Amino acid sequence: MKNVMSNKFVITLYTLPALLLILVLIYIPVTLSGYYGFMDWSGMGEMKFIGLENYATLIKDNMFWTSTWHSLQLAIFSTASLLLYLGISLVLASKIKGSDLLRKIYLIPMLLSSVAIAQLWMKIFDPSNGMLNKFLGFFGIENTPIWLADPNVALYAIFIPIIWQYAGFYILIYYAALKNVSDEVIEAAKIDGANAWQIAYKIKLPLISGVFKVTIMLAVVGSLKYFDLIYVMTGGGPNGASEVIASYMYKEAFKLNNFGYGSAIGFGLLVICLLMTWLTSKLTKSKDDDVQY
Amino acid sequence: MSEVSTQKTTTTLSTSSETKKSFLNKIGYGFLYLILGAFAVIQIYPLIWLVFFSLKTNQEVFGQSPFSLPQDPQWINYTKAWTAGNIGLYFFNSVWITVLSVVLTILLASFVTFAVTRMHWKLSGLVLGLFLVAYMIPLHSTIIPLFNMFNNAGLIDHPASIVLSYTAFNLPLTIMILLGFYKTFPREIEEAAVMDGCSIHRIFFQITLPMTLPVLSTTAIINMIYNWNEFVFVNTFISSDKFKTLTVGINNFVGQYLTDWGAIGATLVISIIPVLLVFLFLSDKIVEGMAAGSVKG
Repeated sequence: MKNVMSNKFVITLYTLPALLLILVLIYIPVTLSGYYGFMDWSGMGEMKFIGLENYATLIKDNMFWTSTWHSLQLAIFSTASLLLYLGISLVLASKIKGSDLLRKIYLIPMLLSSVAIAQLWMKIFDPSNGMLNKFLGFFGIENTPIWLADPNVALYAIFIPIIWQYAGFYILIYYAALKNVSDEVIEAAKIDGANAWQIAYKIKLPLISGVFKVTIMLAVVGSLKYFDLIYVMTGGGPNGASEVIASYMYKEAFKLNNFGYGSAIGFGLLVICLLMTWLTSKLTKSKDDDVQY
Repeated sequence: MSEVSTQKTTTTLSTSSETKKSFLNKIGYGFLYLILGAFAVIQIYPLIWLVFFSLKTNQEVFGQSPFSLPQDPQWINYTKAWTAGNIGLYFFNSVWITVLSVVLTILLASFVTFAVTRMHWKLSGLVLGLFLVAYMIPLHSTIIPLFNMFNNAGLIDHPASIVLSYTAFNLPLTIMILLGFYKTFPREIEEAAVMDGCSIHRIFFQITLPMTLPVLSTTAIINMIYNWNEFVFVNTFISSDKFKTLTVGINNFVGQYLTDWGAIGATLVISIIPVLLVFLFLSDKIVEGMAAGSVKG
């Protein structure tokens, strides 16, 4: 039996195709991205080795740091919005009738493509015919923003559909975690005279803190990779006001044909992602983290 | 007689204090339902609004309140989108590219998960690690070199570049979800089959794959949604209309018909309907898959 289950030929046959795919299409390209960063290259013709020039430019490039700051802001907003999702999940998981249906309704935006969401919200934000400004008008708000066209507002405006899109996803995760908290613990607390608020704050939240940390990681790393939505809604504009790292890279490479510099930005994105992953896990780490969730 | 009446008063008293408590409870619950309901409206109303404006004429869109109902539903917007916008072709491309990638991903991921969890070899941990770490790599950091590689291989503007990319980038998550399932289900049946002299390929195709069907359907749906909605790869690798998928197609269409809200709305609705249909019938599977995929990440 050992022989059949350790047949080298079969093992190779079963793993090699998939392994080749991720090596050739993920690992080699990500390495090459760092390498192309050393090149002056327009994408089509010859590459010219220019040493660290692209990376030196990158470090001094204001636009790169601005877009990094925008990405980090999105990461911060996304993490903050987790509290809203958590609050709703706490309510949803407290023996509410119809919570199953509500949970599914919340999830619907998550199923749509970022392009569809972007196009839909461009219409919602439309200053004259969109529904948002009309809605604000009902409350007597007259100086309604022009949203995506205002450099001071664009990035925050983009964040609204992001909250809308991901709400159901995080609520789903929290809800599942909260439902996993055993009823016995909660009954015991009730007998000891704990009220609903104490049960939520002192018992439920600590018990799902592991899941909460995972979602912080997802929110932070996910935010650094936002691209589709921003690319379609504003293209990084107006005047770079909503540029993020990925959209800046895309613009340099595929619009301006600076493939060498674009690669350097892409590599910078990788470094920042890894750095933030490390930092987030460091910041959310606590003594009882050996428990597996 | 008087005894009975005192008893009566005490009972009414106690019930009135109970009703008071449950009344407060009801207010509390009512308030919670209000919050949850309002949130549901926020999540769903933009889509209803989308369906409404997809059925309006431009006069209605620009002349009337955005909250008004379409007066005379303009189904012609949908015909226009489907024919003038090439949406039919993009739709067809999205379907076959999605299906092919999903089948490939699931088959390859099953092979790997089977080899890693069921077979005995020294490097299995390392190979699994490679797949799991790949999940962390942002696809934007790979896209320029990928573009160059596909260009050199003559695969730019060829659907193979899309199918291969989808498969590669979905393998890590798919393997992660499969792994959880393989670890929980018993290997005795497979071991018994080995004892009976069953070949390993027969074990894989006739025992393991059918047994993992529930999790395979979950991963299939998650993969389907990701591929159906994918944008960057198609936008970067595909330039001719005949291979574009819906996401890129509708984005280009909208770019050309900027002011025709009805037609834009119709294209968006068409692109959303398949996913919503799947959700309507398989929402439990989707919920399960999304939860499984996230918490492992």
